[in-house]
Amino acid sequence: MATASTAGHGHVEPIKPFMIVWGFLLAFTAVEVILAYQQFELKTMLVMLMTLSIIKAALIIAFFMHLRYDRHSLAWTLMPALVFVILMMFVVFPDSVRLYLMRPK
Amino acid sequence: MATEGTMENLQSAVGQDVWSGGVSPYAVVPKKLGMWLFIVSDAITFSALIVAYAYVRVASPDWPRPFAFSPSIVNATVMTLILLTSSITVVMAVRAAKMDARGAAAKWLMATMAGGVLFDVLHIREWLGLIEEGVRLTRNPWGAPMFGASFFTLTGLHMTHVTIGVVYLGVIAWGFAKRKFNADDVEVSGLYWHFVDLVWMFLFPLIYLMSAKMA
Repeated sequence: MATASTAGHGHVEPIKPFMIVWGFLLAFTAVEVILAYQQFELKTMLVMLMTLSIIKAALIIAFFMHLRYDRHSLAWTLMPALVFVILMMFVVFPDSVRLYLMRPK
Repeated sequence: MATEGTMENLQSAVGQDVWSGGVSPYAVVPKKLGMWLFIVSDAITFSALIVAYAYVRVASPDWPRPFAFSPSIVNATVMTLILLTSSITVVMAVRAAKMDARGAAAKWLMATMAGGVLFDVLHIREWLGLIEEGVRLTRNPWGAPMFGASFFTLTGLHMTHVTIGVVYLGVIAWGFAKRKFNADDVEVSGLYWHFVDLVWMFLFPLIYLMSAKMA
């Protein structure tokens, strides 16, 4: 199991990049927990945590979900549409902010 | 047309113009493309719920931050470590499957299932603690009534995914050991599991860390 072999079918990648990615994911998680207890404004906190989460998600998609090793047409078919749909969901936020501004002070 | 094709078969079947038909332009087996399409649609479902949660949170004047460092944040951090580690055991299972090491693949899949079960157990314990404290879908002791609905909906849908994943991996582990399924089936089930892990990478900071109780 330790060494890569091409027995059976299919190409087997070396395990090292996956272990490195796993290490990064654990490290980013630790950084997130530490950040959560720093005195930042809520908005700043949100931006920092989401940036880290998006990096973590990208690592999972690229390595664990194998997309960087697959033909790039697959990623180009799936990802832009997904990102576009998610961004479109944010059109409702001006209304949410309106309610925020209507808060009794 | 390669029906029981491996990556190599499909790639060699790809002609000069991959979009001209009769070949697999993405060079993946059809069920892998199918799983990817499911994952994209499922990602949109989770995104919609997360956006709805963000909407009510911004609009609510008194959103509760009830999660104490111990036990809640520690518990959720351990759950995150378990899920990330279970992704690595799936990677090992897919590797073993590609090497046709059927016993090893089944064992790695079972290790992953153990991670999933442990995740569920820790999460249910968290749920019961919150219910004990009086959190319901429409009310809670601390503030904005929507807190319970958004918490239970988001984490509940994710927990459902973990639970379905445990069953799915179990079926695949059994079938792969019995030579009913091939390495592609292991890889496709692995894709699903990584996605469940990926969703948690957003739920953990948004639900737990952003609602950590400050000293």
